[in-house]
Amino acid sequence: MKRNSGDAWPEAIFKTLKDAGVRQVGYVADAGHKRLIELCLADKEMRAVVLSTEEEGIGLTAGAWLGGMRSALLMQSSGVGNCINALGTTRECRFPLLMLITMRGQKGEFNPWQVPMGQATPTVLEAMGVVVHEANSAEEIAPSVDAAARLAFGSYQAVAVLISQAVIGIKSFQEQAAR
Amino acid sequence: MKAALHRREVVEFLLRDRKDLLVVAGLGSTAWDVTAAGDSPLNFPLWGAMGNAAMFGLGLALAQPKRRVLVLTGDGEMLMGMGSLATIGVQKPRNLAVVVIDNERYGETGMQATHTASGVDLAKVAQACGLRVARQVRSLAQLSALRKAIHSTRGPVFAQVKVRAEKLPLVLPPRDGGLLKSRFRKALLGEGADLA
Repeated sequence: MKRNSGDAWPEAIFKTLKDAGVRQVGYVADAGHKRLIELCLADKEMRAVVLSTEEEGIGLTAGAWLGGMRSALLMQSSGVGNCINALGTTRECRFPLLMLITMRGQKGEFNPWQVPMGQATPTVLEAMGVVVHEANSAEEIAPSVDAAARLAFGSYQAVAVLISQAVIGIKSFQEQAAR
Repeated sequence: MKAALHRREVVEFLLRDRKDLLVVAGLGSTAWDVTAAGDSPLNFPLWGAMGNAAMFGLGLALAQPKRRVLVLTGDGEMLMGMGSLATIGVQKPRNLAVVVIDNERYGETGMQATHTASGVDLAKVAQACGLRVARQVRSLAQLSALRKAIHSTRGPVFAQVKVRAEKLPLVLPPRDGGLLKSRFRKALLGEGADLA
Protein backbone atom coordinates (compact mmCIF):
# COMPACT_ATOMS: atom_id res chain seq x y z
CA MET A 1 0.00 0.00 0.00
CA LYS A 2 1.19 3.49 -0.82
CA ARG A 3 1.74 5.60 2.26
CA ASN A 4 1.36 9.37 2.54
CA SER A 5 1.54 11.75 5.50
CA GLY A 6 -2.06 10.98 6.48
CA ASP A 7 -0.98 7.36 6.96
CA ALA A 8 1.66 8.23 9.56
CA TRP A 9 -0.69 7.91 12.55
CA PRO A 10 0.60 4.47 13.57
CA GLU A 11 4.11 5.96 13.89
CA ALA A 12 2.65 8.82 15.91
CA ILE A 13 0.87 6.37 18.25
CA PHE A 14 4.09 4.40 18.66
CA LYS A 15 6.05 7.49 19.65
CA THR A 16 3.30 8.48 22.06
CA LEU A 17 3.36 5.05 23.70
CA LYS A 18 7.14 5.17 24.03
CA ASP A 19 7.01 8.67 25.52
CA ALA A 20 4.33 7.50 27.97
CA GLY A 21 6.68 4.78 29.24
CA VAL A 22 4.71 1.85 27.80
CA ARG A 23 6.99 -1.21 27.62
CA GLN A 24 4.55 -4.06 27.06
CA VAL A 25 1.92 -4.27 24.33
CA GLY A 26 -0.64 -7.05 24.03
CA TYR A 27 -2.32 -7.45 20.67
CA VAL A 28 -4.61 -9.55 18.56
CA ALA A 29 -3.79 -9.35 14.86
CA ASP A 30 -5.73 -6.61 13.13
CA ALA A 31 -5.45 -4.96 9.71
CA GLY A 32 -5.97 -1.46 11.16
CA HIS A 33 -3.13 -1.92 13.67
CA LYS A 34 -0.82 -3.75 11.24
CA ARG A 35 1.84 -1.05 11.10
CA LEU A 36 1.76 -0.30 14.84
CA ILE A 37 2.15 -4.00 15.65
CA GLU A 38 5.19 -4.17 13.34
CA LEU A 39 6.73 -1.16 15.09
CA CYS A 40 6.18 -2.71 18.52
CA LEU A 41 7.62 -6.07 17.44
CA ALA A 42 10.72 -4.37 15.99
CA ASP A 43 11.48 -2.32 19.12
CA LYS A 44 13.90 -3.94 21.57
CA GLU A 45 12.60 -1.96 24.56
CA MET A 46 9.01 -2.99 23.86
CA ARG A 47 7.65 -6.46 24.59
CA ALA A 48 4.92 -7.23 22.06
CA VAL A 49 2.74 -10.13 23.21
CA VAL A 50 0.51 -11.84 20.67
CA LEU A 51 -2.72 -12.97 22.34
CA SER A 52 -5.00 -15.83 21.38
CA THR A 53 -8.02 -13.75 22.41
CA GLU A 54 -8.41 -10.13 23.52
CA GLU A 55 -9.58 -11.14 26.99
CA GLU A 56 -6.09 -12.41 27.76
CA GLY A 57 -4.84 -8.87 27.40
CA ILE A 58 -6.87 -7.68 30.37
CA GLY A 59 -4.96 -10.08 32.65
CA LEU A 60 -1.65 -9.38 30.92
CA THR A 61 -1.90 -5.64 31.42
CA ALA A 62 -3.04 -5.98 35.04
CA GLY A 63 -0.16 -8.36 35.79
CA ALA A 64 2.27 -5.93 34.20
CA TRP A 65 0.96 -3.14 36.42
CA LEU A 66 1.36 -5.32 39.52
CA GLY A 67 4.98 -5.67 38.43
CA GLY A 68 5.44 -1.92 37.94
CA MET A 69 5.31 -1.86 34.14
CA ARG A 70 3.07 0.22 31.89
CA SER A 71 1.34 -1.57 29.04
CA ALA A 72 -1.24 -1.09 26.31
CA LEU A 73 -3.67 -3.31 24.41
CA LEU A 74 -4.32 -3.20 20.67
CA MET A 75 -7.45 -4.74 19.23
CA GLN A 76 -10.32 -4.38 16.83
CA SER A 77 -13.83 -3.50 18.00
CA SER A 78 -14.95 -7.12 17.51
CA GLY A 79 -12.53 -8.08 20.31
CA VAL A 80 -14.06 -5.71 22.83
CA GLY A 81 -16.90 -8.11 23.48
CA ASN A 82 -14.38 -10.78 24.46
CA CYS A 83 -13.08 -8.57 27.29
CA ILE A 84 -16.27 -7.64 29.09
CA ASN A 85 -16.25 -9.92 32.16
CA ALA A 86 -12.53 -9.41 32.73
CA LEU A 87 -13.06 -5.63 32.66
CA GLY A 88 -15.01 -6.06 35.88
CA THR A 89 -11.73 -6.97 37.57
CA THR A 90 -9.98 -3.96 36.02
CA ARG A 91 -12.64 -1.75 37.51
CA GLU A 92 -12.83 -3.39 40.93
CA CYS A 93 -9.04 -3.15 41.35
CA ARG A 94 -8.69 0.23 39.61
CA PHE A 95 -6.02 -1.11 37.31
CA PRO A 96 -4.88 1.44 34.73
CA LEU A 97 -5.81 0.20 31.26
CA LEU A 98 -5.01 1.73 27.89
CA MET A 99 -6.89 0.15 24.99
CA LEU A 100 -6.38 1.29 21.39
CA ILE A 101 -9.27 -0.01 19.35
CA THR A 102 -9.64 0.16 15.58
CA MET A 103 -13.30 0.36 14.66
CA ARG A 104 -15.27 -1.89 12.34
CA GLY A 105 -18.99 -2.01 11.75
CA GLN A 106 -19.06 1.74 11.80
CA LYS A 107 -18.30 4.07 8.87
CA GLY A 108 -18.64 2.41 5.46
CA GLU A 109 -18.62 -1.17 6.74
CA PHE A 110 -18.81 -3.85 4.05
CA ASN A 111 -19.20 -6.90 6.32
CA PRO A 112 -22.63 -6.95 7.97
CA TRP A 113 -21.40 -9.39 10.65
CA GLN A 114 -19.10 -6.67 12.01
CA VAL A 115 -21.90 -4.17 12.52
CA PRO A 116 -23.56 -5.37 15.76
CA MET A 117 -20.35 -5.44 17.84
CA GLY A 118 -18.95 -2.31 16.21
CA GLN A 119 -22.10 -0.31 16.93
CA ALA A 120 -22.25 -1.62 20.52
CA THR A 121 -18.57 -1.01 21.29
CA PRO A 122 -18.76 2.41 23.02
CA THR A 123 -21.91 1.40 24.91
CA VAL A 124 -20.52 -1.84 26.32
CA LEU A 125 -17.18 -0.24 27.22
CA GLU A 126 -18.95 2.56 29.08
CA ALA A 127 -21.22 0.04 30.78
CA MET A 128 -18.07 -1.55 32.24
CA GLY A 129 -16.69 1.77 33.44
CA VAL A 130 -14.21 2.33 30.64
CA VAL A 131 -13.70 5.97 29.61
CA VAL A 132 -14.10 6.25 25.83
CA HIS A 133 -12.17 8.72 23.67
CA GLU A 134 -13.16 8.80 20.00
CA ALA A 135 -10.61 9.78 17.35
CA ASN A 136 -12.35 10.61 14.11
CA SER A 137 -9.42 11.90 12.06
CA ALA A 138 -5.77 10.90 11.68
CA GLU A 139 -4.63 14.14 13.35
CA GLU A 140 -6.69 13.45 16.46
CA ILE A 141 -5.27 10.00 17.14
CA ALA A 142 -1.88 10.69 18.75
CA PRO A 143 -3.20 13.51 21.00
CA SER A 144 -6.08 11.22 22.03
CA VAL A 145 -3.66 8.41 22.87
CA ASP A 146 -1.48 10.82 24.83
CA ALA A 147 -4.47 12.07 26.83
CA ALA A 148 -5.72 8.52 27.35
CA ALA A 149 -2.32 7.37 28.64
CA ARG A 150 -2.21 10.26 31.12
CA LEU A 151 -5.73 9.48 32.34
CA ALA A 152 -5.02 5.75 32.56
CA PHE A 153 -1.66 5.82 34.35
CA GLY A 154 -2.06 9.11 36.21
CA SER A 155 -5.59 8.53 37.47
CA TYR A 156 -5.81 4.71 37.51
CA GLN A 157 -8.56 4.55 34.93
CA ALA A 158 -9.51 2.18 32.13
CA VAL A 159 -9.48 4.22 28.92
CA ALA A 160 -10.22 3.19 25.34
CA VAL A 161 -9.32 5.21 22.26
CA LEU A 162 -11.66 4.29 19.42
CA ILE A 163 -9.97 4.90 16.07
CA SER A 164 -12.68 5.60 13.54
CA GLN A 165 -13.18 3.30 10.57
CA ALA A 166 -13.09 6.46 8.44
CA VAL A 167 -9.39 6.84 9.33
CA ILE A 168 -8.51 3.21 8.71
CA GLY A 169 -10.35 3.44 5.43
CA ILE A 170 -10.60 -0.20 4.37
CA LYS A 171 -13.58 -0.36 2.06
CA SER A 172 -13.72 -3.94 0.80
CA PHE A 173 -12.62 -7.51 1.54
CA GLN A 174 -10.24 -7.24 -1.40
CA GLU A 175 -8.59 -4.14 0.00
CA GLN A 176 -8.29 -5.68 3.45
CA ALA A 177 -6.64 -8.80 2.04
CA ALA A 178 -4.14 -6.66 0.12
CA ARG A 179 -2.82 -4.87 3.24
CA MET B 1 -6.79 -43.77 39.54
CA LYS B 2 -7.99 -41.99 42.70
CA ALA B 3 -5.83 -39.01 43.60
CA ALA B 4 -3.93 -39.32 46.87
CA LEU B 5 -2.78 -35.74 47.41
CA HIS B 6 -4.72 -33.21 49.46
CA ARG B 7 -4.92 -29.72 47.96
CA ARG B 8 -4.26 -27.71 51.12
CA GLU B 9 -1.16 -29.80 51.89
CA VAL B 10 0.05 -29.45 48.29
CA VAL B 11 -0.27 -25.67 48.30
CA GLU B 12 1.17 -25.32 51.80
CA PHE B 13 4.17 -27.41 50.70
CA LEU B 14 4.72 -25.47 47.47
CA LEU B 15 4.61 -22.15 49.35
CA ARG B 16 6.71 -23.22 52.36
CA ASP B 17 9.82 -21.01 52.71
CA ARG B 18 8.71 -19.26 49.54
CA LYS B 19 11.53 -16.69 49.58
CA ASP B 20 10.61 -13.79 47.29
CA LEU B 21 8.12 -15.77 45.17
CA LEU B 22 5.29 -13.70 43.66
CA VAL B 23 1.98 -15.59 43.70
CA VAL B 24 -1.18 -15.17 41.65
CA ALA B 25 -4.12 -17.35 42.70
CA GLY B 26 -7.08 -18.19 40.50
CA LEU B 27 -10.53 -17.50 41.86
CA GLY B 28 -12.21 -19.89 44.26
CA SER B 29 -10.57 -22.86 45.92
CA THR B 30 -6.97 -22.06 44.96
CA ALA B 31 -7.33 -18.55 46.41
CA TRP B 32 -8.56 -20.13 49.66
CA ASP B 33 -5.69 -22.67 49.57
CA VAL B 34 -3.08 -19.94 49.10
CA THR B 35 -4.60 -17.93 51.94
CA ALA B 36 -4.73 -20.99 54.20
CA ALA B 37 -0.97 -21.34 53.65
CA GLY B 38 -0.54 -17.78 54.93
CA ASP B 39 -1.80 -14.43 53.67
CA SER B 40 0.94 -12.28 52.14
CA PRO B 41 1.00 -8.92 50.38
CA LEU B 42 2.89 -10.73 47.60
CA ASN B 43 -0.18 -12.88 46.92
CA PHE B 44 -2.64 -11.64 44.35
CA PRO B 45 -5.76 -13.75 44.87
CA LEU B 46 -8.30 -13.21 42.11
CA TRP B 47 -12.00 -12.96 42.94
CA GLY B 48 -13.09 -12.65 39.32
CA ALA B 49 -11.79 -12.69 35.72
CA MET B 50 -12.14 -16.47 35.50
CA GLY B 51 -9.76 -17.86 32.90
CA ASN B 52 -7.28 -15.03 33.26
CA ALA B 53 -5.03 -16.13 36.16
CA ALA B 54 -2.21 -17.42 33.95
CA MET B 55 -2.23 -14.15 32.00
CA PHE B 56 -1.87 -12.12 35.20
CA GLY B 57 1.17 -14.30 35.85
CA LEU B 58 2.57 -13.72 32.36
CA GLY B 59 2.22 -9.93 32.57
CA LEU B 60 3.87 -9.97 35.99
CA ALA B 61 6.68 -12.34 34.95
CA LEU B 62 7.54 -10.19 31.93
CA ALA B 63 7.52 -7.04 34.08
CA GLN B 64 9.68 -8.66 36.80
CA PRO B 65 12.15 -10.92 34.97
CA LYS B 66 14.37 -11.27 38.05
CA ARG B 67 11.61 -12.61 40.31
CA ARG B 68 9.99 -16.03 40.21
CA VAL B 69 6.27 -15.93 39.59
CA LEU B 70 3.88 -18.76 40.50
CA VAL B 71 0.30 -18.98 39.31
CA LEU B 72 -1.80 -21.41 41.33
CA THR B 73 -5.18 -22.07 39.84
CA GLY B 74 -7.90 -24.68 39.43
CA ASP B 75 -8.67 -26.98 36.55
CA GLY B 76 -11.94 -25.22 35.74
CA GLU B 77 -10.22 -21.83 35.71
CA MET B 78 -7.39 -23.10 33.50
CA LEU B 79 -9.80 -24.76 31.07
CA MET B 80 -11.52 -21.41 30.58
CA GLY B 81 -8.23 -19.77 29.60
CA MET B 82 -6.51 -22.61 27.77
CA GLY B 83 -5.46 -20.24 24.99
CA SER B 84 -3.22 -18.45 27.48
CA LEU B 85 -0.99 -21.55 27.53
CA ALA B 86 -0.39 -20.95 23.82
CA THR B 87 0.37 -17.30 24.55
CA ILE B 88 2.83 -18.27 27.32
CA GLY B 89 4.38 -20.84 24.99
CA VAL B 90 5.17 -18.07 22.52
CA GLN B 91 6.71 -15.72 25.13
CA LYS B 92 8.57 -18.44 27.07
CA PRO B 93 9.19 -16.47 30.28
CA ARG B 94 11.86 -18.41 32.17
CA ASN B 95 10.64 -17.13 35.55
CA LEU B 96 6.99 -18.26 35.31
CA ALA B 97 5.36 -21.40 36.69
CA VAL B 98 1.68 -22.28 36.29
CA VAL B 99 0.43 -24.98 38.65
CA VAL B 100 -3.09 -26.31 38.27
CA ILE B 101 -4.60 -27.87 41.38
CA ASP B 102 -6.79 -30.41 39.61
CA ASN B 103 -9.64 -31.95 41.61
CA GLU B 104 -11.60 -32.57 38.39
CA ARG B 105 -14.46 -30.51 39.82
CA TYR B 106 -15.98 -27.03 39.79
CA GLY B 107 -15.61 -26.74 43.55
CA GLU B 108 -17.47 -23.49 44.21
CA THR B 109 -20.63 -24.32 42.29
CA GLY B 110 -21.60 -27.80 43.44
CA MET B 111 -18.62 -30.01 42.57
CA GLN B 112 -19.71 -30.65 38.99
CA ALA B 113 -17.19 -32.59 36.90
CA THR B 114 -14.79 -30.56 34.73
CA HIS B 115 -13.29 -31.71 31.43
CA THR B 116 -10.27 -33.14 33.25
CA ALA B 117 -12.58 -35.70 34.92
CA SER B 118 -13.10 -37.09 31.41
CA GLY B 119 -9.39 -37.30 30.78
CA VAL B 120 -8.50 -33.93 29.26
CA ASP B 121 -4.77 -33.73 29.92
CA LEU B 122 -3.74 -30.14 30.62
CA ALA B 123 -0.06 -31.09 30.99
CA LYS B 124 -0.07 -32.44 27.43
CA VAL B 125 -1.78 -29.25 26.27
CA ALA B 126 0.93 -27.18 27.96
CA GLN B 127 3.64 -29.37 26.46
CA ALA B 128 2.11 -29.00 23.00
CA CYS B 129 2.05 -25.24 23.53
CA GLY B 130 5.82 -25.25 24.04
CA LEU B 131 6.15 -24.79 27.79
CA ARG B 132 9.59 -26.10 28.69
CA VAL B 133 8.55 -28.22 31.65
CA ALA B 134 5.05 -29.70 31.62
CA ARG B 135 4.04 -32.61 33.80
CA GLN B 136 1.35 -34.26 35.85
CA VAL B 137 2.02 -34.62 39.56
CA ARG B 138 0.46 -37.43 41.59
CA SER B 139 3.00 -38.29 44.32
CA LEU B 140 4.92 -36.56 47.08
CA ALA B 141 8.19 -37.23 45.27
CA GLN B 142 6.89 -35.51 42.14
CA LEU B 143 5.59 -32.66 44.28
CA SER B 144 9.00 -32.20 45.83
CA ALA B 145 10.57 -31.99 42.37
CA LEU B 146 7.92 -29.47 41.33
CA ARG B 147 8.70 -27.22 44.29
CA LYS B 148 12.32 -27.15 43.21
CA ALA B 149 11.34 -26.42 39.62
CA ILE B 150 9.15 -23.48 40.69
CA HIS B 151 12.12 -21.84 42.40
CA SER B 152 15.01 -22.72 40.14
CA THR B 153 14.25 -24.50 36.86
CA ARG B 154 14.27 -22.46 33.71
CA GLY B 155 10.62 -22.00 32.73
CA PRO B 156 7.99 -21.72 31.71
CA VAL B 157 7.01 -24.54 34.06
CA PHE B 158 3.57 -26.13 34.03
CA ALA B 159 2.17 -28.78 36.35
CA GLN B 160 -1.21 -30.39 36.73
CA VAL B 161 -1.37 -31.67 40.30
CA LYS B 162 -4.04 -34.31 40.76
CA VAL B 163 -5.72 -33.87 44.15
CA ARG B 164 -8.69 -35.36 45.96
CA ALA B 165 -12.09 -33.77 45.46
CA GLU B 166 -12.70 -32.34 48.93
CA LYS B 167 -14.97 -29.66 50.33
CA LEU B 168 -12.86 -27.68 52.79
CA PRO B 169 -13.47 -24.74 55.12
CA LEU B 170 -13.25 -21.36 53.36
CA VAL B 171 -10.14 -19.33 54.22
CA LEU B 172 -10.80 -16.00 52.59
CA PRO B 173 -8.22 -13.40 51.57
CA PRO B 174 -9.13 -9.69 51.63
CA ARG B 175 -11.68 -9.06 48.88
CA ASP B 176 -11.16 -5.36 48.17
CA GLY B 177 -9.47 -5.42 44.75
CA GLY B 178 -7.93 -1.99 45.16
CA LEU B 179 -6.38 -3.03 48.47
CA LEU B 180 -4.96 -6.26 47.03
CA LYS B 181 -3.42 -4.36 44.13
CA SER B 182 -1.94 -1.59 46.23
CA ARG B 183 -0.46 -3.80 48.94
CA PHE B 184 1.12 -6.06 46.30
CA ARG B 185 2.73 -3.11 44.49
CA LYS B 186 3.93 -1.57 47.73
CA ALA B 187 5.48 -4.86 48.89
CA LEU B 188 7.12 -5.46 45.51
CA LEU B 189 8.04 -1.97 44.34
CA GLY B 190 8.47 -0.15 47.64
CA GLU B 191 6.76 2.69 49.47
CA GLY B 192 7.06 4.94 46.43
CA ALA B 193 5.14 2.54 44.14
CA ASP B 194 2.36 5.00 43.53
CA LEU B 195 4.20 8.27 43.95
CA ALA B 196 5.77 8.39 40.47
